[in-house]
Amino acid sequence: MFAPVYLDHNATTPLDERVFAVMEPFLRDRFGNASSRHEYGRHARAAIDTARAQVADAVGAHPSEVIFTSGGSEANNLFVKGAAGSQRGGVVAIGASEHPCVREPARQLVGQGWRMLELPVMATGHLNTTASATLIAQHRPRLVSAMLANNETGALSNVMALVEPVRQAGGWLHTDAVQALGKIALDFRTLGVQAMTVSSHKIGGPIGAGALVVAKRVDMAAQIAGGGHERGLRSGTENVAAIAGFGRACELAVQELDARAAQMRVARDRLEERLLGLGARPFGGVEPRLPNTSYFGFDNIDGETLVAKMDRAGFAIASGAACSSANPEPSRTLLAMGVEPDVARTAVRVSMGPRTTSEDVDRFAETIGAMLIELKRMAAVAV
Amino acid sequence: MKFPIYLDYSATTPVDPRVAQAMIPWLTENFGNPASRSHAYGWTAEEAVETARENVAALVGADPKEIVWTSGATESNNLAIKGAAHFYASKGKHLITLKTEHKAVLDTMRELERTGFEVTYLDVQENGLIDLEAFKAALRPDTTVVSVMFVNNEVGVIQPIAELGEICRSRGIIFHVDAAQATGKVDIDLNALKVDLMSFSAHKTYGPKGIGALYVRRKPRVRLEAQMHGGGHERGMRSGTLATHQIVGMGEAFRLAKLEMGAEREHVRALRDKLLAGLTTMEEVFVNGDMEARVPHNLNISFAYVEGESLIMAIKDVAVSSGSACTSASLEPSYVLRALGRNDELAHSSIRFSIGRFTTEEEVNYTIELLHNKIGKLRELSPLWEMVKEGVDLNTVQWAAH
Repeated sequence: MFAPVYLDHNATTPLDERVFAVMEPFLRDRFGNASSRHEYGRHARAAIDTARAQVADAVGAHPSEVIFTSGGSEANNLFVKGAAGSQRGGVVAIGASEHPCVREPARQLVGQGWRMLELPVMATGHLNTTASATLIAQHRPRLVSAMLANNETGALSNVMALVEPVRQAGGWLHTDAVQALGKIALDFRTLGVQAMTVSSHKIGGPIGAGALVVAKRVDMAAQIAGGGHERGLRSGTENVAAIAGFGRACELAVQELDARAAQMRVARDRLEERLLGLGARPFGGVEPRLPNTSYFGFDNIDGETLVAKMDRAGFAIASGAACSSANPEPSRTLLAMGVEPDVARTAVRVSMGPRTTSEDVDRFAETIGAMLIELKRMAAVAV
Repeated sequence: MKFPIYLDYSATTPVDPRVAQAMIPWLTENFGNPASRSHAYGWTAEEAVETARENVAALVGADPKEIVWTSGATESNNLAIKGAAHFYASKGKHLITLKTEHKAVLDTMRELERTGFEVTYLDVQENGLIDLEAFKAALRPDTTVVSVMFVNNEVGVIQPIAELGEICRSRGIIFHVDAAQATGKVDIDLNALKVDLMSFSAHKTYGPKGIGALYVRRKPRVRLEAQMHGGGHERGMRSGTLATHQIVGMGEAFRLAKLEMGAEREHVRALRDKLLAGLTTMEEVFVNGDMEARVPHNLNISFAYVEGESLIMAIKDVAVSSGSACTSASLEPSYVLRALGRNDELAHSSIRFSIGRFTTEEEVNYTIELLHNKIGKLRELSPLWEMVKEGVDLNTVQWAAH
């Protein structure tokens, strides 16, 4: 049976079987187009309405603030380009360690009347909110996007600290909460941001659904035109099965949040203790952070090599963000934290899920320990 | 028989059970992110994505490298038209399309108009087909992109894509075709057709919703400005985590379409002919759109002297559309039927029957009987019908304003 130990939950998560149960009818006899007015269509529409309420409840928003998209990347693109599209130009400010799907659309704006400003992160991987607030006051950005939880380090940034500076600058504040949802409690109102991105497949839901939660007063230009679905902000026939699955996954994530977080934290702490004993150098790893993510490296051992060897030994982990895994460049996040490129190349990310067991962690630590001896021996021969 | 009888295959199709079967393991067991290069979960998913890409390419005579995954035909249309219009903007800013295109094309064109492009919306002939002479006359030196749909979603007419492609290619104009309603219904060979960009949808061809593709020609090479940015998936043309199960579903759906299209078309044609014969025995019934250049899956009929909303309510046993699915929430008469020259009353009293893989003869017989019965009753209640039966020419009647 194909079943390596999966420790790459920040890339994507296994689909929860309770979520699959909600989706399956829409892949079978409940196949209607939600825009159709007959019974088939009305069933589909009702499922989307239910999911919208579930997503809204999970993040403390109103259902009418939830715009379904094909995923987190689209939602981030929609905010950056959509909020920019309704304005003439100005400054767009983003955190230095944002995901490429925030960074790249922001870069696209440059030259179209926009300037891009980077908000610095600290050596711990957290956004430097003091320096950011000063920059925001100086440059008065129209749009600010700062992620809540970093996908690589798991560092939780104090995005709330930007609310007042951004408000005074007259801009809109967005947070990419893709990695935060399901791992920490989220509340759109308490956070005080005007927009937030969430994704289904990072919380036990299917790939193919995400949402931009956006306050009604933010004037947005649609990025996909045609038919006027999702309050005119995102056209296209709704992916009913995925949306229904996303809703259910959100509901479960909220109900089980404390238990899941506790389970993941135990597994992570156990792993980190063992890794430190083996001489690992942690990247970030400073509270506040996600309960499931460990990011580390061993001096002079290439992260890619270690990941490939661990894969052959039956453990699925990552050397960086999944989306940029094809890229041999050292992690941009680590460079932004001031890590030297050679050291950054050693980075390995282990991300736990709610079903990761102590046994998985122990086996992982033992395997990596044995591997290190072998790799060090090889390095010695090479010298 | 299962009620309501589903005759709305142009709005969406059921997922073929074989497609669902192919998808499910990718939901429940092999859940990896195809972009994860560091472990077998990712590689297995990536392999499945590439097999699906081959299946999609094979149905339309393309190279797998020419297929870009999107979230659906709406996104494909947006990417093709905005992506090409912007990329080639230095060559010109004039675009051409038809008044009967899907909203995903028309709304995209409107958006481009707001940012400095000029768009010509061509009229169609009464049969729904483009007038090639009018098209040629509309071409300008600064025309960069033409977008014409393969098969119309409301009336099912097939536009002369081969001829249009010749004209566009000879003038160096990028030609985009929305083929959402064409796959599995008409033969598509992109080796022969001079089409540069073509949009596909899975859920109109027995695949899942939430997945589509855009064909982007490599020889001669067509360039696009990406519309969704991020990790650089799909060779930079479309970022975002690939939904493996949906992609596998689209691949399987298109593989089945290639295998079964011929037989299925005959099955559908026989049922359509039966439905057509059964309904046109009634008086004052008009078929919308050309009957020759048309897919057999679609039958769009206007029932004069019957109020459209009442008709839909009366035939609740049959799931059909009174306009295209995407616009049927509004009470505006269909802009497609108006473009064919139908007046508002007739447009309002039109029904789109769309037949598919799982439609049975029994269902068609039931539908014919139901329509006869209900139209008869509704017309009995209609004062207009009474006047017509008494020989009054309604066009000469002076109506009092109120």
